Amino acid sequence: MRTVTTPDSPAPVKPTSVSRWPDRSFHWLALLAALTLVGLIVLVGWELYRGSRLSIHQFGPRFLVSSQWDPVSDVYGALPFIFGTLVSSLIALVIAVPLGVATALFLTEMAPVRLRQPIITVIELLAAVPSVIFGLWGIFVLVPWLRDHFFRWLKDSLGFLPLFTGPIYGPSMLAGGIIVAIMILPIVTSVSREILRSVPNLQREAAYALGATHWEVIRIAVISYARRGIFGAAVLGLGRALGETMAVTMVIGNRPEISASLFAPGYTLASVVANEFTEATSDLYLNALFELGLVLLAITILVNAVAQLMLRSLAGGAGAKAH
Amino acid sequence: MKKALITLLFAAALAASASAQMLINGAGATFPQVIYAKWFDQYTKVDSSVRFNYQGIGSGGGQKQILSETVDFGASDGPMSDANLAKAPRALWHIPTVAGAVVVSYNLPGDLKIRLDGPTLAGIYLGKITRWDDLAISGQNPGVALPAQDIIVVHRSDGSGTSYIFTDYLSKVSPAWKTLVGKGTAVNWPAGLGGKGNAGVAGQIRQLSGAIGYIELAYARQNKLPYADLKNASGNYVTPTIDSVVAALASATIPDDFRFSMVNSPGENAYPIAGVTWLLVYQQQKDSAKGEKLVAFLKWAYTDGQKMAAALDYAPLPDAVQARVLARVNEIKY
Repeated sequence: MRTVTTPDSPAPVKPTSVSRWPDRSFHWLALLAALTLVGLIVLVGWELYRGSRLSIHQFGPRFLVSSQWDPVSDVYGALPFIFGTLVSSLIALVIAVPLGVATALFLTEMAPVRLRQPIITVIELLAAVPSVIFGLWGIFVLVPWLRDHFFRWLKDSLGFLPLFTGPIYGPSMLAGGIIVAIMILPIVTSVSREILRSVPNLQREAAYALGATHWEVIRIAVISYARRGIFGAAVLGLGRALGETMAVTMVIGNRPEISASLFAPGYTLASVVANEFTEATSDLYLNALFELGLVLLAITILVNAVAQLMLRSLAGGAGAKAH
Repeated sequence: MKKALITLLFAAALAASASAQMLINGAGATFPQVIYAKWFDQYTKVDSSVRFNYQGIGSGGGQKQILSETVDFGASDGPMSDANLAKAPRALWHIPTVAGAVVVSYNLPGDLKIRLDGPTLAGIYLGKITRWDDLAISGQNPGVALPAQDIIVVHRSDGSGTSYIFTDYLSKVSPAWKTLVGKGTAVNWPAGLGGKGNAGVAGQIRQLSGAIGYIELAYARQNKLPYADLKNASGNYVTPTIDSVVAALASATIPDDFRFSMVNSPGENAYPIAGVTWLLVYQQQKDSAKGEKLVAFLKWAYTDGQKMAAALDYAPLPDAVQARVLARVNEIKY
């Protein structure tokens, strides 16, 4: 299988101490950089834990399953926020991944070369728009439109599903998910495009040689080859979606409530911390907010770990298929 | 050599002149930020040797920072709790500066002007009164064509002094609100949508027909939003204005530590949903030079500074209260 031979492997040259010195120092420098990153995460986790000890001690695991969030009587529970974070991120993924991958496919497989660069530039611009701008646009443009047209249409056509029932206010879990979808679209698209670009042309040519149509080439040769990378793109998008704060806060309705309907307002972990941290005065209140941060960090790590595992099994499956 | 010496001297002179201008740091409440900025700016014309640096990081942050003495003064929209005050290393004083009103704004078809009383407002926010044509509302508004529409309740989602004043008022006028919800910068809202900041609440009111929400008077005036007249403790419906807030302040009972609530004030023309904002200052200043400058500034703020309030939609303190606060400022030691 190996085609490249390493030329200097048979005759090792004894390195002089002079030539080893930069090698070594670079090795240590790189190690230091890597350890700094790991240390940073550990430090963040530790600080969050330290800041939330009071609340952890007071509520224990109940904090994770209780739905009550009452700063006046100092009773705190995180469940509606965990629910809101996961659901809004899931909505965002369901919208952004197909859209992003389709865009990436169009850009790599179909678009005329002249069109590619302008489209890529526009997508990258989308990534440069600050969160709060998306939020303002969400309040004044997107949400009214969703409320008056899209949500009504959804209710009329799919109203038999519990997902699309109840009164339509505008600010809602679905609006939050859609805003996040727009925000993670650039990263999903860019990463997918890089992955698709890395699919060797040999694959495509082989499929064409077997008499495959354009669609079949994309399906068999390109997507199945790039499946793992596309999954990775989705995971990156999910990571951003979980932590998205400003824009979500502005359109999600900020109501700590668990509702089956996507038209109902929701609340996310990041939003409540951003909203309430500045005016929190009691110790337990502050500790509870810190614990929300800790929960968010834990969810992010957990989701990433699960994604890694899935990635591995996916890789195994793809490998088996190739043989 | 000579050149180097001159450069050195020049640098030293620069450093000396920079340190001659004293910097006094403060942090806290965002509601009074506009007038504080104005004060600090104007005060440089009175005394150019001092400069103020104020950061509107929120009342929670203001209380925390003055307790740990990382700032020279704190600021808060709500009075400090006894528990927090007990953490202070020595006597920490509340000094009221200006007052503001919270208005109830709404979105109804037509150019309607409505009137509400406290229990009705509490009923709406408790989710008990859900329609605009409910008898509780129409009974107070004879001749007003209230629509047969659902009420959409909007509240602040971020912790804020505005929410504190509003829930303080509802707790005063409604026993049910007091036991079920209570007062605070953030509470467990029984109904409605949350909007971030005055802008977030106002934005949702503007867009949702049938919405009701509460915002700062200054914000409502500057953005030309409609707001309701509210029934006060002496039974009159009062329009929120600077004057009716001053009237509320004048008739409020103010204890010696200045930690008071002025909602539902008994005055005849008093607007009921209003509150003051405070500076938090240690009785014994740590740095005597800074303390002297701070006291001089406060004296100025309670004389010339108060005159700037109304133009910025804040209510100045009535003369009697100003005199009391000034007497307290004079007791600050440095």
